[in-house]
Amino acid sequence: MSRMRRHKLTDSLFRYFGIFCTFFGLVVLTIFIGKIVLMGIDRIDWNFLTGLPSRKAEKAGIYTAWVGSVWIVVLTSLIALPVGISAGVYLEEYSKKNRWSSLLEINIANLAAIPSIIYGILGLEIFVRTMKFGQSVLSGACTLALLILPIIIVATRESIKAVPDSIRQASYAMGATQWQTVWHQVLPAASGGILTGIILAISRAVGETAPLIVIGALAYVAFVPETPMDEFTVLPMQIFNWTSRPSQAFLTNAAAGIIILLIITFALNALAVYLRYKWQNKIRY
Amino acid sequence: MKFRNILSHCFYIVCLTILFDTGCNPGPGIEKSPLKGHIRIDGSSTVYPITEAVAEEYRSFTPGVKITIGISGTGGGFNKFVRREVDIADASRHIKEPERKNLQDSGLEFLEIPIAYDGLAVVVNKDNDWIREISVEELKKIWQPSATGTLTRWNQIRKNFPDRPLRLMGPGTASGTFDHFTEAIVGKAGSSRGDFMPSEDDNVLVQGIQGDINGMAFFGLAFANENIDKLRILSVINEKGSFYPDAENIRNGNYSPLSRKLYVYITNESVKKPEVVDFLMYYLDHVVTVIEDVGYIALNPEQYTEAKASLKSFVSKFAPENLKILDKHAEEVEN
Repeated sequence: MSRMRRHKLTDSLFRYFGIFCTFFGLVVLTIFIGKIVLMGIDRIDWNFLTGLPSRKAEKAGIYTAWVGSVWIVVLTSLIALPVGISAGVYLEEYSKKNRWSSLLEINIANLAAIPSIIYGILGLEIFVRTMKFGQSVLSGACTLALLILPIIIVATRESIKAVPDSIRQASYAMGATQWQTVWHQVLPAASGGILTGIILAISRAVGETAPLIVIGALAYVAFVPETPMDEFTVLPMQIFNWTSRPSQAFLTNAAAGIIILLIITFALNALAVYLRYKWQNKIRY
Repeated sequence: MKFRNILSHCFYIVCLTILFDTGCNPGPGIEKSPLKGHIRIDGSSTVYPITEAVAEEYRSFTPGVKITIGISGTGGGFNKFVRREVDIADASRHIKEPERKNLQDSGLEFLEIPIAYDGLAVVVNKDNDWIREISVEELKKIWQPSATGTLTRWNQIRKNFPDRPLRLMGPGTASGTFDHFTEAIVGKAGSSRGDFMPSEDDNVLVQGIQGDINGMAFFGLAFANENIDKLRILSVINEKGSFYPDAENIRNGNYSPLSRKLYVYITNESVKKPEVVDFLMYYLDHVVTVIEDVGYIALNPEQYTEAKASLKSFVSKFAPENLKILDKHAEEVEN
């Protein structure tokens, strides 16, 4: 009987520990975001969003930074999504399970753990210098695409794995080819999980600074990119630059920049949640 | 359907407004220069605020010239010269011998143009009532490598100081500021005691000094002056006397060895671009008007005149076709 009681106690102890852990993260995050919002929210206005860099904190804006960030996100997605999803589909649906494929699998999982600055050095050598893209949006996007590819591949594979095999069998039984099966059955069924992975990946790309500094994102750009070959700056770069300035007013600017960056990230996440919801409702087995 | 139309209209209006807002500065009354081009600048993050400020002024009446500025460090800037990736390099120190050799090997001649003074401030807590000034020898005693673990109390610096722990803070060992301080005080760049609290973020150093009556730190004068309500800047005693780091003492060289000149570098290839020559002349003419905003100290007027003369002879040697730009600037200044 006493043993029974002990197990019950452990059970409820873990329950409270779990609650503590959940709230610990949340509370810290809330304090952090709250502080940033209090500090920067007054600074956000139309001029801040459309202003160019300036030595006067109250005149300085993030126009080139947020436009640069949007450019980077769009281009990065255009490059990374088709490649990543196709690679995931190939590995899960087409490739044979042998030693070769498990070696690939381990390598891709390992790629996701490489520090981002290494990707920056790689991008500098390959895209900026060897392929002569220069310090352009395209170089930045290619580098970040490499960085998030492993995340997309892993997410794609995991969600394809979760699609029940009976779906595929049924599709084949109807005379569908493998491609038709993948395109019309497997991918739609796996889209929820794939989307989640994509969003995680893109949110990471939005916040990256280190690899972009290495490939030569600039601190001062007074024009927005018009083609993928133009020079650029991004929001995290602008925030980093402002936090190293002496005057308090620039720290306020940095806080305001962080709020905008958070809004972009949250907006992307919200979009993903919405899409996933819409897609999942369509699928009924 | 209707709702979607309204939405897309809103989107277009927003886009157009953004385009017009940014396309339409500057205000009336300024005669715009028709010059077009692209100037790529990279280098020291210490010089960055000055170059950014000048570029900001410059773009309001030469909107056709696009300027980009990076912050990959003084060494990084020189490195990019060799790769022909920049036109102007910001530098917080002279070019080093290996860098000079790299430039020459790749067929580049360069010109160093001084643009401003920067000072290093030694600071203590506001409530610290026992120290007003500190000598170069005392600073050396505190910061030299052999002080590690042995010089740990204030009364070891001077007998009449209180018996309190000494807490030292300073910029990270990778920064140019750290190199400059150790070279000026200890004698060798990068050589310092190891047991101080380093931070790459100067704001952290300011907070550290603000919160610790036993603290002492050094960092850029711009930061110290900006936070003068939170800390106290010490005068430095050298062989000429005791000097507080104000503009006057830095400009006449009294506040040595903790002041330095900041430079921009150009090459024989970059002066071939008319927009680079135009920007440099503008830089030398107008840096005085923006320098206080960013917390640095202007050179003497004669030094700017000298710099312009050396720029002129450099241009006439390597790009005589651009001399007319210099003459145009000279006329503007006379008028």
